[in-house]
Amino acid sequence: MYIDHATELQDLARGAAFLGSGGGGDPYYSLLLAEAALARRGRFELIPLSEVADDALLAPCGWIGAPTVSVEKLPNGGEAVTGLRRLEEIMGKRIDAVLPIEIGGGNGLAPFIAAAELGIPVVDCDGMGRAFPESQMAIFNIRGLSACPSVLTAADGSLSVIETGDNLTHERIARALAVSLGGIAHMVEYPLSGAEAKAHAVPGSVSAAIAVGRAIREARGAGGDPFDALAQALEATGLYPHCLSLFDGKIVDLERETRGGFSVGKVTIDGFGGGGRMEIEFQNENLVAESDGKILAMVPDIITVMDRDTADTITTEKLKYGQRVKVIAAASPAILRDPHALSFVGPRAFGMEFDFAAVETLNLTEKA
Amino acid sequence: MRIGVDVGGTNTDAVLIAERRVVASTKQPTSPDVSTGVTAAIGAILADAGVSAGQVSAVMIGTTHFTNALVERERLDRVGIIRLASPSGEALPPLTGWPDALARQLEGATFLLPGGYEVDGREISALDEGAVRAAALDCRAQGIRSIAVSCAFAPINAAMEDRAAQIIADAHPDASISLSHSVGRLGLIERENGTILNAALATLARHVVTSLERALAQLGITAPLYISQNDGTLISAADAARYPVLTIGSGPTNSMRGAAFLTGVDDGIVMDVGGTTCDIGVLANGYPRESSIAVDIGGVRTNFRMPDILAIGLGGGTRIHVGASGDEVTIGPDSVGFRLTQDAYLFGGSTLTASDVAVAAGKADFGDAGRIPSLTPSLKSAILDRIATMLADGIDRMKTQPGDATIIAVGGGHFLIDDDLKGAARVVRPDHASVANAVGAAIAQIGAQAERIVDYDAEPRATALEQMREMLLARVAAAGATPESVEIVDMDEVFLSYLPGRSAQLRMKAVGSLADDMKRADAPLSETPHVY
Repeated sequence: MYIDHATELQDLARGAAFLGSGGGGDPYYSLLLAEAALARRGRFELIPLSEVADDALLAPCGWIGAPTVSVEKLPNGGEAVTGLRRLEEIMGKRIDAVLPIEIGGGNGLAPFIAAAELGIPVVDCDGMGRAFPESQMAIFNIRGLSACPSVLTAADGSLSVIETGDNLTHERIARALAVSLGGIAHMVEYPLSGAEAKAHAVPGSVSAAIAVGRAIREARGAGGDPFDALAQALEATGLYPHCLSLFDGKIVDLERETRGGFSVGKVTIDGFGGGGRMEIEFQNENLVAESDGKILAMVPDIITVMDRDTADTITTEKLKYGQRVKVIAAASPAILRDPHALSFVGPRAFGMEFDFAAVETLNLTEKA
Repeated sequence: MRIGVDVGGTNTDAVLIAERRVVASTKQPTSPDVSTGVTAAIGAILADAGVSAGQVSAVMIGTTHFTNALVERERLDRVGIIRLASPSGEALPPLTGWPDALARQLEGATFLLPGGYEVDGREISALDEGAVRAAALDCRAQGIRSIAVSCAFAPINAAMEDRAAQIIADAHPDASISLSHSVGRLGLIERENGTILNAALATLARHVVTSLERALAQLGITAPLYISQNDGTLISAADAARYPVLTIGSGPTNSMRGAAFLTGVDDGIVMDVGGTTCDIGVLANGYPRESSIAVDIGGVRTNFRMPDILAIGLGGGTRIHVGASGDEVTIGPDSVGFRLTQDAYLFGGSTLTASDVAVAAGKADFGDAGRIPSLTPSLKSAILDRIATMLADGIDRMKTQPGDATIIAVGGGHFLIDDDLKGAARVVRPDHASVANAVGAAIAQIGAQAERIVDYDAEPRATALEQMREMLLARVAAAGATPESVEIVDMDEVFLSYLPGRSAQLRMKAVGSLADDMKRADAPLSETPHVY
């Protein structure tokens, strides 16, 4: 399919912002860049994963760093193409298509800008089915593919090629580079074949994001409830089978800092009319939502804070004291919930002392 | 006694308030020079109440002049735009995402220059003082006298913006300089947008503030003059002249707070029908509901905190266009604005306005109904139906609770809102409804803010927060607010990784309602926007 209207890009931005679970960066800046690229190029090509040739070379890409930095330190514009070109040199062949490493926030849109520059399509899939803070949380690592060679580029024109034996070391080096480059950098990683992508990538997640964004927009336009529309659209994708409203209230405290190349912190929300209190911990992405001592949702399930009136997603770097919000949770794609995957993306992978429990079982009585 | 004034596009309203009671009020046409209308309005209420100029303790003015200028794209300066962040950010130059027409109109010259800070306090690149000087001289040569400077991470470290301002002032002494750290918080694009808008308003702001000061001088009023800010608190006239963008959300804030004050209703929908638009906002717990996400001003994205308002193009001066066949009706969106009292039929003009139709239908009684051309009953009801539908759609778009809402109808054109409007559980129409906005200005909230760098290794975060909170609440209460009305409306914490330990820049703002102005000897607190 082709994306030839700014409205579809806006739908993608809106949907990806939700799927980012608070991370991936506010898509607004990526959207501005993508709209400019669309105006220059006329349209973007989005191809289904099933149509990719088995021997095609695919390059997942996106931004690594702290979203709190990305709102001040904006891209130079040369980062993605420089990185992709270097990867082609290293691989000795042309890149046939790109894909988002994560279908979350601004990173859900970032590959479209790179694809426009190179004149290649974007594949309708991604490496996380949402957004995660660390590179080794990609499904490609969970399934044993290598992140390397990866190419990291920054606004000042610097470029680093990373070759490591394992993907956790790769993440640590990439994070340290991003920090030394000011806290944000572009990365092309996990170069893979079409066959590998078909076996491992999360299929259809880009079009799922577009569908979710469209549902919210259409509900608003028709005077309907955008949260109902969001839940229905998510369930209709088949990737995100449950969606629940966890909490409704006002932000009364926010502790957020940029540390070690991440935005980390905690947001506290008081319910309206004495309706309890919710605390959400985040590391770029929202990780755990707890209300009055009871955990209501946890990674890898999606936890997104949204404006309670407009259903606009508020990414973690955009949270502010006093905002009136709803907290919405959605079941993650099933491939992130098997025991092997959970050892990479479940609560214990984030240093928490408990096992994963699904959002739909934690909230049996509450349905959005 | 305090005077509240609302200078709108159509009318200038004034109220005299003593002991939380409206003693006198008036509505006068806004004059093109601003000051004549203000002089007439304040003069009228002083005469009406038999109060002398010397008895006035403060004058609070809210104006939609700056918002209107941005929306109508008139009376704006061309701006020299300097961004200090290169090579970062070049993919998103200033004015990206702006409406083309506004960007073309405002852009004098744009300079993407080396500079800016990283999050850890290092420089992205060193400030190129020669390049800043050359940019200032270039602006001077092109006759651009308003300059906006935005530097990456300026809210954490303003030094580079301050240095750039010195260089510009030396090279181009006539320039008005707007610095981003005085206008907004983190978020370079939104802060830069606000700074450019501020710069575009520089000449108009000086003109408006000077006109207001002249009006007070003519009346012999020596009491201090304050201008309403977006959040219902006040800044000095001098600060408003430099940072007009901080006042552009004050119109809706004042009308909603005025409506709450006049009715005692804490939860409902306020519909303020002016001459040109009907502004619809939601009152929750007595406060205007704020927009959580970005606020668009004239199509430009900013991150100011302001009420979430839906403006629809329907006011008392809205023109009614009747097609040649006599049955095709279009409502606005154009308005006769402040020419209502000359152009509308009921004032002897020859333009059909919403006011003419309302008077003809017996919904309001002013002007000379005999001058209104006769409208067939079917045409009249078609026009009124269309107006009611526009208003009901507006309610539907703004309300977030199921069921009908309490509607507070205010503004000079409130008669356009029917008591049986669809979506309204009841329509409350307070005394002085038509001057609610000026009432809102007069009951301005008292605000206080504080900023401090705290090392959380030395002082626990909870203790530091509580201490600042207590200090601000006490300061606002001591300044005359009722203690139960005082609350923290904003808290912002930015960790400073370039300092040792776990240090953060902590900012808080508290506001409260004034208890009783008669008990207060001094004038209300005013905030200085550029010393956050």
